[in-house]
Amino acid sequence: MRPRLMVENAAYRLEGPLLFLHRSVEVGYNEAVEVVGSDGGARLGRVAAVDLDTLSIELLESSSGLGLAETRVRFVGEPLRFGLGPGLLGRILDGVGRPLDGGPPLAVERRLRIDGLPLNPVARATPRDFIETGISAIDLMNSLVRGQKLPLFSGPGLPHDRLAVAIARHARLRGAGAGEDFAIVFAGIGVAHDTADFFRRSLEQSGALSRSVLFLNLAGDASAQRLLTPRFALTAAEYLAFSCGKHVLVIMTDMTNYCEALREVAGAKGEVPGRKGFPGYMYSDLASLYERAGCLRGAPGTLTQLPILTMPLDDIGHPVPDLSGYITEGQIVLSRALDRSGIEPPIDVLPSLSRLMKGGIGEGYTDADHPALSSQLYAAYARAVQARLLASVVGEDGLAETDRRYLEFGARFERELIHQGESRTLEASMAVGWALLRRLPAGELTRLSDAQIAVHLGAAR
Amino acid sequence: MSHACIEWISGPVLRARASGPFALREALHVGPDRLLGEVVSLHDDLLVAQVYEDTTGLRPGDAVVGGGLPLSIRLGPGLLGGIFDGLLRPLQGIDSAFVAAGMGNAAKSRHDFRPMVRVGQLLEPGSEFGRVAGAREHRCLVPPGRSGQVLRIAAAGEYAEDEVLCVLRDAVGREHELAIGEVWPVRLPRPAAQRLPSDTPLVTGQRVIDALFPVALGGKAAIPGGFGTGKTVLLEALVKACAADVIVYLGCGERGNEMAGAVEEIAELVDARSGRPMSERTVIVANTSNMPVAAREASIYCAVTIAEYFRDQGLHVALMADSTSRWAEALREVSGRLGELPGEGGYPAYLGSRLAEFYERAARVRTLGGDLGSVTLIGSVSPQSGDFSEPVTSHTTRYVRSFWALDVTRARARFYPAIAPLGSYSQDAEKVASWWSGVFAEALGAVAAGDADWQALRRRFLTLLAEQTRLERMARIVGKDALQPQQRLTLLCAEVINEAFLRQSAYSPKDAYCGPQRQARMMRLLGRFMDRAEAALARGASPEAVAALPVLRPLQRMGDEVGENQVDALVALEAALEEDFATLGKEVGDAA
Ligand SMILES: Nc1ncnc2c1ncn2[C@@H]1O[C@H](COP(=O)(O)OP(=O)(O)O)[C@@H](O)[C@H]1O
Ligand SMILES: [Mg+2]
Repeated sequence: MRPRLMVENAAYRLEGPLLFLHRSVEVGYNEAVEVVGSDGGARLGRVAAVDLDTLSIELLESSSGLGLAETRVRFVGEPLRFGLGPGLLGRILDGVGRPLDGGPPLAVERRLRIDGLPLNPVARATPRDFIETGISAIDLMNSLVRGQKLPLFSGPGLPHDRLAVAIARHARLRGAGAGEDFAIVFAGIGVAHDTADFFRRSLEQSGALSRSVLFLNLAGDASAQRLLTPRFALTAAEYLAFSCGKHVLVIMTDMTNYCEALREVAGAKGEVPGRKGFPGYMYSDLASLYERAGCLRGAPGTLTQLPILTMPLDDIGHPVPDLSGYITEGQIVLSRALDRSGIEPPIDVLPSLSRLMKGGIGEGYTDADHPALSSQLYAAYARAVQARLLASVVGEDGLAETDRRYLEFGARFERELIHQGESRTLEASMAVGWALLRRLPAGELTRLSDAQIAVHLGAAR
Repeated sequence: MSHACIEWISGPVLRARASGPFALREALHVGPDRLLGEVVSLHDDLLVAQVYEDTTGLRPGDAVVGGGLPLSIRLGPGLLGGIFDGLLRPLQGIDSAFVAAGMGNAAKSRHDFRPMVRVGQLLEPGSEFGRVAGAREHRCLVPPGRSGQVLRIAAAGEYAEDEVLCVLRDAVGREHELAIGEVWPVRLPRPAAQRLPSDTPLVTGQRVIDALFPVALGGKAAIPGGFGTGKTVLLEALVKACAADVIVYLGCGERGNEMAGAVEEIAELVDARSGRPMSERTVIVANTSNMPVAAREASIYCAVTIAEYFRDQGLHVALMADSTSRWAEALREVSGRLGELPGEGGYPAYLGSRLAEFYERAARVRTLGGDLGSVTLIGSVSPQSGDFSEPVTSHTTRYVRSFWALDVTRARARFYPAIAPLGSYSQDAEKVASWWSGVFAEALGAVAAGDADWQALRRRFLTLLAEQTRLERMARIVGKDALQPQQRLTLLCAEVINEAFLRQSAYSPKDAYCGPQRQARMMRLLGRFMDRAEAALARGASPEAVAALPVLRPLQRMGDEVGENQVDALVALEAALEEDFATLGKEVGDAA
């Protein structure tokens, strides 16, 4: 067999996303191919299995319009790569990195595997740089740090896009690094046209478009391509962070669309479905995306991820949020109930969590009393929600005096701390937090030291 | 060495035609990069293998080479302080920040060897033939299954860990070559002379574990909990502080940042008991969630084999595995690729027996060499949607003796560790009761009449916490106001136990670790509080009056405020408690 680049008339079966060929070339598993149909359109694919006589190709873009007769396959001889170079920022690309903005082709300085490689844990540096997002529920209660992957768990119709844009606009370090802006990589995965437009316009209005690159796989685009979009976007982000030394913020929306595409493709390949029809390897697959975030020892750039996913039926136990939560470093959960009562952003702090918060706040990072304040607010708000539950059954009159105080605290916590018109500095968020705690009896504040009570709450007692 | 030739490849599974003999489970080198793999089935001259690394680029015609041995790892003193991937290849000292397939094995470490036997001496499995200097002196033992007369023994000096230093000839004339390190197949448990019962707990420094749900040395414990409930932080707290001689920490399918953080923290810690750097007693095995799945399946066996190896040195070893669910999922994924029939939840039918085999490797033993050693296994479980009825959790409950169930409501209120007193249990509690009596006697002196011991206090705490759940359910129907004073007092006492004793932040400088003696003092103090509170109630004081006592706040914060050896502060707190109740008694008396 002579190695050949282009193969014709070898296809003998086409089944869903799988194209079967008689083998006439030396090819390796998982190497990239380009499949050109009689329509002239080129589609990306990869070698899914290969034996002595045949091979199967998984089409990574739509297979519709393909036939057997005039299909040609070009073998690349290596896994799928994305050519990247200077001039990336400011561009708008499709879901697989082809220009959509009428601009020139991308300059290519390096060609990187879109699957990336696992970061050696030993090469990672612990993320510690507090990012001020301007959102109290995040900054004060679930702090984000540079190099973290912190998804928004939202629901259909909730204002997650607005929140993501607000964060992208405000996101900055405090103190010395305050001047540095993030480069923004936006991956729209199966998003509606108006969502994509909203992000583009918002970035434009805030002057951030020139430091952003957009990858758009729209709702109308082939669903198989959705599996590639975050990979292309993350490859670009890694290039910007680890080759160009930038601080990169990646917004990926909507990861639920990604997972649905994964389910669809797995089904078409005839794989055994797991929970809710999603494939059993979805955890590892999602991890291969989410784990592409972090800081490297001795490297100037960092990669921070802010994926967005919509929880089907607002169910946090659904496989998409559930598996995501097991991989990401926390989650910011949006609540329909809060949204209905006009709280904006409607962040439910109880199920929310930032796992890397502890390393980036407190003495020497934000404020020495930040951890205790946050912990006390959590304890109190959890009590308040409990009291609210109790009151909904036995009525407010059936509550003990302390529980009534908590009830009032809970309402104020939502209206005054979670709800906010404009961005707040961390100091402003903390001031609201202390003011709220003044309304509770000192005996209840078991998460604060005597000194903290004296300094911050003393005036009221 | 046998050869085969790839005929089909897809993902981590390949079929190859063999031109020599292969054995089931034989370790393989595959393709030009010599990727690691393992034979999973044989049919005539066709073999099916799984590859532990990224197989991109492998093609029909590529070579498969068998090494003649099942998947094995090199064990030796050089493991301590290291961090390895799931197949025990070192992650330190790699130039690139990324891990690529075809990574090399560990460079062979060199050690200062001193012989301990003479030519002609008769050695059995477990006999010591030499020693290696180091932070902890390492004993070179005759591996299981080898024995005989010493034919040759090396002189003192520096040697590589695989150099032959001692040769034995056994009764049938076979020769055995021994080195500082030894190679052992990971799926085979290392034998011991005898399994022994255990009456000593593995002290973890976590109150809720040691005092309420202890695990014995050689025991097995599981930590099930949904995401964010505190599995990893709890395991890391144990890695850092528990009273074992050697810790094996397995990050199995979890986050890279967590592993990096653990490595960083352990490097800075000093073992309070030995005064040596904590890293010297720790071996880290990391297969993060983005590393190859097939290697994840093997990683748990590598880790437990390392644990057994140090056990055989006469040491107490604890293995923390985070998370066993990711291991089970890897098993499921590989099984699916092999086309096996899926059982419950898609897991292969042998999930239960594999879990049983794993946990069975926990034991307190008399080693072949006659020493006492133990392997304690502690695994986290990550049930989907936090639902404990799923297969991995439900199978695990059948094999572990200590069960630390994490509760999402506690975690959401940032009440840590979020171990639910109601859903958790320990079958080792009875066994360690007399050990605890010893601690109580040491910390508090002779037991005065009427003072409860550990077992009574533990039972009292647990009953109270169970009662709390019942009463809270009741209050949800009738309202708290409608509860009897006795019941309201029960709720108050339970809250105090929760706040003062069960809550223990892993990040609190004073409270991250709580030694048994401090635990004993705190338990006794809380027992005293309950006694006094009940007496006050009997004399007519209201639960609300008890709740308003000034001592309540310092009592509830004693974990955070009173450090490890501040006995005086606890004594002062007890005095304040007595005074407050005396005052309350007087007020009630005056009112009557
Ligand atoms: N014992 C603890 N003390 C203090 N904080 C804790 C403790 N356990 C968990 N946490 C907090 O909860 C977060 C999630 O815990 P983690 O152990 O990572 O959860 P899991 O492994 O179950 O997903 C941590 O980042 C930390 O902030
Ligand atoms: Mg964890």
